[in-house]
Amino acid sequence: MAYVSELEASLRPPAMEMPPYPPKVITLASGEEMVVRQVERKEIPTLLEAIYPLLWVERDFYDIVAARLFGELLAYKRHRVKDEYVLAGMIDGVLAGMVNGRLVDEKTGMSYHTLTIRRGLRVGSHLFAAKMEYHIEHLGQDEVLIVAESPIGFRRWMIEYPLEKRFEVQHELGGVPSWVLTSETYYKAKPRLAAGRRPVSEALLRGAETIALPVEEIVVRQVAGEKEGAE
Amino acid sequence: MKPVYIAGAGMTKFGRSEWSLLQLASVASLAALHHADLGEIPVDGVVVANMGAARINRQTALGSALVDQLALYPAAAEAVENGPASGASAFKVGVQAIASGMADVVLVTGVERMRVVNGLEGTDFVASLSQPEVEYIYGVTLPSLAGMFARLFMDRFGVERKHLAMIAIKNHENATKNPYAHIQQTVTMEGILTAPEAVVNNPPIAEPLHMFDCCPVSDGAASIVLVSEEVAGKLGGPMVRVAGIGQATDTHAVHEREDPTDLKAVRIASEKAFAMAGAQPADVDVAELHDAFTILEIAESEAAGFFAKGEGHKALERGETKLDGTLPINPSGGLKAKGHPVGATGVAQLVELTWQLRGEAKERQIKDAKIGYACNFGGFGNNVVATVLRREA
Repeated sequence: MAYVSELEASLRPPAMEMPPYPPKVITLASGEEMVVRQVERKEIPTLLEAIYPLLWVERDFYDIVAARLFGELLAYKRHRVKDEYVLAGMIDGVLAGMVNGRLVDEKTGMSYHTLTIRRGLRVGSHLFAAKMEYHIEHLGQDEVLIVAESPIGFRRWMIEYPLEKRFEVQHELGGVPSWVLTSETYYKAKPRLAAGRRPVSEALLRGAETIALPVEEIVVRQVAGEKEGAE
Repeated sequence: MKPVYIAGAGMTKFGRSEWSLLQLASVASLAALHHADLGEIPVDGVVVANMGAARINRQTALGSALVDQLALYPAAAEAVENGPASGASAFKVGVQAIASGMADVVLVTGVERMRVVNGLEGTDFVASLSQPEVEYIYGVTLPSLAGMFARLFMDRFGVERKHLAMIAIKNHENATKNPYAHIQQTVTMEGILTAPEAVVNNPPIAEPLHMFDCCPVSDGAASIVLVSEEVAGKLGGPMVRVAGIGQATDTHAVHEREDPTDLKAVRIASEKAFAMAGAQPADVDVAELHDAFTILEIAESEAAGFFAKGEGHKALERGETKLDGTLPINPSGGLKAKGHPVGATGVAQLVELTWQLRGEAKERQIKDAKIGYACNFGGFGNNVVATVLRREA
């Protein structure tokens, strides 16, 4: 047993101390309230279940985002990635989207993915902003390396913030030339892109304690659109 | 002029489609033909409305293409391009064919497939309808024209952002009752205007217009079957008569208008349509207005004669334009939430009115609707087609 544990320890990347992400609540355009909170390792299987049907949705590159995110979350659960974290957005306890990333070192973060299940309410935009908030405000980092895998992501991050080019750095996601969000850019963009209130009421926190999943059909419909028809 | 009737109406769901342009047009057409239930009666002519296929879908001669898809030979075929008013213009061409006695059955189909290009290219394509030498070359887009229009209109008539938000809220709510609408999502005043998060939820597009003041970019098709009185007599079911059509133009460049807040072409086109129909704005039970931007619903509701100048937003505040109001406007969700595939829009407005007047609009049905009005707003108000439909027993 001792041998197995030692081997396992050597397979795990070294971990840094990471202060937890304090939950917040965001009022969406629909008037619904989305709680954003950190996801624990033991909750990862629930997220994997939500991602699974999206592995075959080509629209807006959901397939590649889902496939990579699936691997990243699995690696997080099985301790095979360094300093990863996962945040989730929940509306009435139901998963609306998730984001993840990791620390490269104390001062540099790396954004992994943003996956929106409930589309049309800027859930992805809110969650991405929460991720940047975590890196810059709570982890005290100077910058975050970012790439986009879809035109929507490019518009949301590279153009809306706007991000700076750091093309000499290859991002872990496919070796794509990186862009970077600096602390200065973040604070400049914060008033128009990062929203949310703290503390979150006990009732809302309790409602977001357990991650509920929308049924698979609804997940796919929300992401890939309604089945076409005519009358 | 001979009387013209609408015997059938159909449409595809608006949104982002995987179907080709011709598939969209065919499905909507088949739906309308099925609705009309013509039996062995042949289709004499096909008119297709479209704005951008030549540019964004690399396809022209859509009338002949649709005839071929549906095997409607030897029906006459043509296509009409008149910017965002293409739909109602094509409808007018179909009506003229029957009114003149040249045809007994005409299929009018509007179609657009815009989501094949990215947002920048789509915005540029729509902007190509602006004045090339004094607007387009300086980077004018439709949202920017609407933003300037909204600013002036708001300053002059006391319209506030909350009124624009009320239009969005109403039309999004209506669209949730329309299975063909692009956006199936309600929004709230808090979520898009008053909550601190609204600044992120509803970002500015062209101040004072924000995201939820603008229609989505949509794919889709809508179709109408027009018939002569003789054919109408052979068909069963409630009949909707084309009571009046009016069309008017205004200066191409918006700044050349004496008063840019006066939608003169809407006013004149509506006056012509009502005169032809022998009706008044007060007779209208349901209206579909061209709310590509929320401000336009208010401005058009006044220019069409439903409310006095500067009173549209007050009627909105009183709830008069809601589904259960005295004059429901955009029960379909309007362009704002039903969507705006430009070439299809004018036809889709008339599809909605037809369903309303036949009592087939289900959850969003306006009780006892007998007269419907549609405003198809081309350019930035420089080419407008107004239509009045009337239910006949």
